[in-house]
This record gives sequence, C-alpha cells and structure tokens, in this order.
Amino acid sequence: MTDIATYNFAYLDEQTKRMIRRAILKGIAVPGYQVPFASREMPMPYGWGTGGVQVTASIIGPEDVLKVIDQGADDTTNAVSIRAFFKKVANVAVTTETAKATIIQTRHRIPEHPLSAGQVLVYQVPIPEPLRFLEPRETETRKMHALEEYGLMHVKLYEDIARHGRIATSYAYPVKVEGRYVMDPSPTPKFDNPKMHRSPALQLFGAGREKRIYAVPPFTEVVSLDFEDHPFEVQTFDQPCALCAAENVYLDEVILDDHGGHMFVCSDTDHCEKRCEQGHRGHLAPETPLALERTEPAQ
Amino acid sequence: MTDEPLLRVSALSKFYGSRVGCENVTFDLWPGEVLAVVGESGSGKTTLLNCLSTRLLPSSGTASYRMRDSQFRELYRMSEAERRFLMRTDWGFVHQNPADGLRMTVSAGANVGERLMAVGDRHYGKIRATAVDWLSRVEIDEDRIDDEPRAFSGGMRQRLQIARNLVTGPRLVFMDEPTGGLDVSVQARLLDLLRGLVTDLGLAAIVVTHDLAVARLLSQRMMVMKDGRVVESGLTDRVLDDPRAPYTQLLVSSILQV
Repeated sequence: MTDIATYNFAYLDEQTKRMIRRAILKGIAVPGYQVPFASREMPMPYGWGTGGVQVTASIIGPEDVLKVIDQGADDTTNAVSIRAFFKKVANVAVTTETAKATIIQTRHRIPEHPLSAGQVLVYQVPIPEPLRFLEPRETETRKMHALEEYGLMHVKLYEDIARHGRIATSYAYPVKVEGRYVMDPSPTPKFDNPKMHRSPALQLFGAGREKRIYAVPPFTEVVSLDFEDHPFEVQTFDQPCALCAAENVYLDEVILDDHGGHMFVCSDTDHCEKRCEQGHRGHLAPETPLALERTEPAQ
Repeated sequence: MTDEPLLRVSALSKFYGSRVGCENVTFDLWPGEVLAVVGESGSGKTTLLNCLSTRLLPSSGTASYRMRDSQFRELYRMSEAERRFLMRTDWGFVHQNPADGLRMTVSAGANVGERLMAVGDRHYGKIRATAVDWLSRVEIDEDRIDDEPRAFSGGMRQRLQIARNLVTGPRLVFMDEPTGGLDVSVQARLLDLLRGLVTDLGLAAIVVTHDLAVARLLSQRMMVMKDGRVVESGLTDRVLDDPRAPYTQLLVSSILQV
C-alpha cells in the first residue's frame, strides 16, 4: 500500500470523481447524449485514453477487477501502461480474462466473449461527435442533436455508396441509440456494432480531449444506420484465425516477413489464447500452446 | 389561385442598435407570385429577406405563413424545430454565393439528396434517381452527379443550389441576388431556367436583387427600398416604366444603356 500513499485512491481527487460520476449518471439517463464534463489533465498525453482513464478512475472500487485492451490486445503498450497505472494508484486486481473482469477499459474493440450483467465497458473516445466531419461547427451539431436533425448522417452513407458501391465506413459506424440520439461508437470496427445492441453490460464512453462523456445503459437499443436498399452488414473474413482457427471473430492482419508473408489472427488476444488452451489449432499455430510457451524463459 | 395570401407581413422592423436595418415593411405574398425587392446596397433588402426567412429575428412586427393545412402560423412564435423543418421542406433559400448554400465537400448527388434524407427518405436508389432527375432539370450532366461542387463553375454551382432547394417541392423560395457574380450569358440562362421552374412548379418567390433587369424578367411585383424603408411598390412593369418616387426615378435612370 505504500505505493498509493502519495495519491488519492485511483489518482483523481474525490471532488473530480463526483463531478465525473454526475456526468456519467446524466449520460446513462439520456442514452447516447454527449454530456460535457471538466476533463482533467492526466499523466498521459491526449489521445492515449485520458477520457477512458478518468471514467474508469471514477467508477473503480477496491473490489473491482480491471481488464484493459488496446485494439483487442491485452499486451500492447497502451493496455499494459493503463493496467499498471491502476495497479499502482488504486491497488486493484487486474486480469486479461474477459469473464473475470468487472471493468473493461477498451480502445476500439468489444471483447469476443459475451459480456454479462454487472460488467462495465469503458471506451476511450477520440472524437465523440459523429457529425463532426460533416458539420464543423459545434454550436450547429448540438442544435442538430437537440432537434433530431440527422439527415446529414445519411449524406455520409450516401457518399460511400456513390463512391464505392457500398457503405464503405468500416469503423466508427454511426448508430442510433434508443431511437433518439445518433452516436459515434468510437472507432470500433463496425463488426462490433451488433454487440452493443441490448448488451447486458453498461457501456460508458469518455473523450478526454473533447471533454465529453456518454453512455449506453444495459439492454438499450443500438441500431446501425443504413439504407433500405443497402442494409447494414458487418465485415466477414474468408479464413479463420491462423492460430486458433476461430471463425466469425474480428481478425487482424499481421505481417510476418519482408516478402509479403502475412497471417490473420484474432484481434482479441484473450479469446485467442483461451481457444488455444482448449486445443483449437489454426494452420500457423506452434506445436505447444502459446500461453505455455510464454512462461518459458527466453534463451 | 386561392383567395388567401401565402405570406402576410405586417409592420416588420429590424434595428441594429440605433441603426435601421429595415423599418415598417408591410406586404402580402400570394401563391405563385414572384416579388422582387430592389434597392442599392445597404438599403435593407437582405435584412428583410433574412427576417422573412427567420434567419434573423425582427425587432418588431409580424409575419404569418399559410401552412399546407391552410392554417396561418406566426413565424416568430414557432419553435426552432418547426422553423427549421419549414426551412428544409416547404421553403428554399438560394444564396448569392453558392458556397453558402451547398456542402462543398460532398458530391452533387448528395447535395440534392440531403433534404430528402432529412425528411426521412431511406432508399438509396430512389434518392439517386430523384437527384439525377433534378440535375437534368437544372441542365447539369448526369455524369457530374458524383463530382463535388468545388469542381463546378459558378453557374453550375448556382444551378445545383437551386436543384438542392427545389427537390422537396417547396412553395416559397427566398433568393438573395441569385445571379450576382455571374457573367451575362450565364445569367441569362440561369434566369431563363428560374423563370421556367417558377412557372412550372407554381412557386412563390421573394427575390432580392440590385439588378433591375433581373427584377423585370422574374417578378410580377416589386418593392423599392431605400434606407430600410419601402419607398415604392407595385406591379414590376408599372414601377419600372412609370416610377413615381424620386428615388425610383433615379434608380431607373441609372441603368446603363448599351
């Protein structure tokens, strides 16, 4: 406990946490509405998840179990540092297992393992305003949200079809929450959009630089926008994961060498490792399970 | 023609502090009628137009509009949501500078389709077919549908802006110097097009212009403004051929003869 003596529990002071919790409660009360909040300076640069960290810091308690992912992976820089940060300033248990976590802070993925009631998914959001690139004036976009003028959002989808013959937006795909607010689900691949719909977990979104918090309460309607003759569809992959042979999951392309060699593997590392442990084998899987290999000392 | 006007304006004034924008303007506009508002720059034409189109709130006076259900509604008492809905369905606004009225970074087709999508059209094929139809009506080639207006000439931009405004079948269109900044041959074609559309669709329009030739070509009736006040109004031909107010006489005699 000596480590946390110099900091208040979970880094932020209690007054700040109360302010953020008020914003979160308002966000939950009005699903999809962007609540302004007094975002604080955090010991990391903007764009590295300052919004998500502040939300997590405000809701985390000593009993919580935290999981942090970055593009689905538990072992990338951002995920490792944020996990270490909360271990240090809140002394909480951390995990990489989706099912065991009570709070999952995520950058741009929703875990493959279905979330359950009582879990909280905290998203790091760079640009919370879905209309931003169509209408640069904040005064105007807020008015458009207030008056439910969302014709412009379809202009973007129209442009996609006109240029590419289909809706080419593949991430940050706009959704309508509970039949009212159009929301940016943060730059998650649209593959994850259906998972937001009526999810039993609470979903909180924090944008630190833009100073906005929004939320999707459990079991809320989240519908991806589309056209009648060009319905919403998610990405499909024509091959399974090269390591665990999983199908119907989101895959990342990994470059293997300088000669064009590449493989497609699960973006959700926890999901992939679990499947490898269970004995699933993809065509590029090593002889021994990855998880075991990792515990062995390097030569 | 019905017996009731489309728009009733009564004693409309707009002050900027102690300065007069426009003062005590009263008129009725009838369905299918084109009214020109002329005067030199600074005479309050644009202020009046902005007040009428609810882009500006007047300091005093009233304006009521006959909605599609034939009920008169007081414009300045409507909620902002209703006003904006009116703006994008039953009304159109053609800006002098097309860049103000168009989205310059989305394609021509999307510019025309935006209003349709705003009122809930969700069928891509139908929206595109309507856009194609409207582009041809304003004489823009169909193969330019996916180009951004940035790639268009001034005249084409203005025609695109007109298509974008007319696609929802408005009953009243406001135009602020629609031919300003265009060279004369392009102006002539645009005026010809506008005149055709206005007659075919039975549009009512309020056209602000400092160009008396435009007023004569497009409008049936005109108001002459000076220093924020209406100095003369009447049938366009009468006002231009037999101007009574000294200022109108000056204006008419100032036209350059080629």
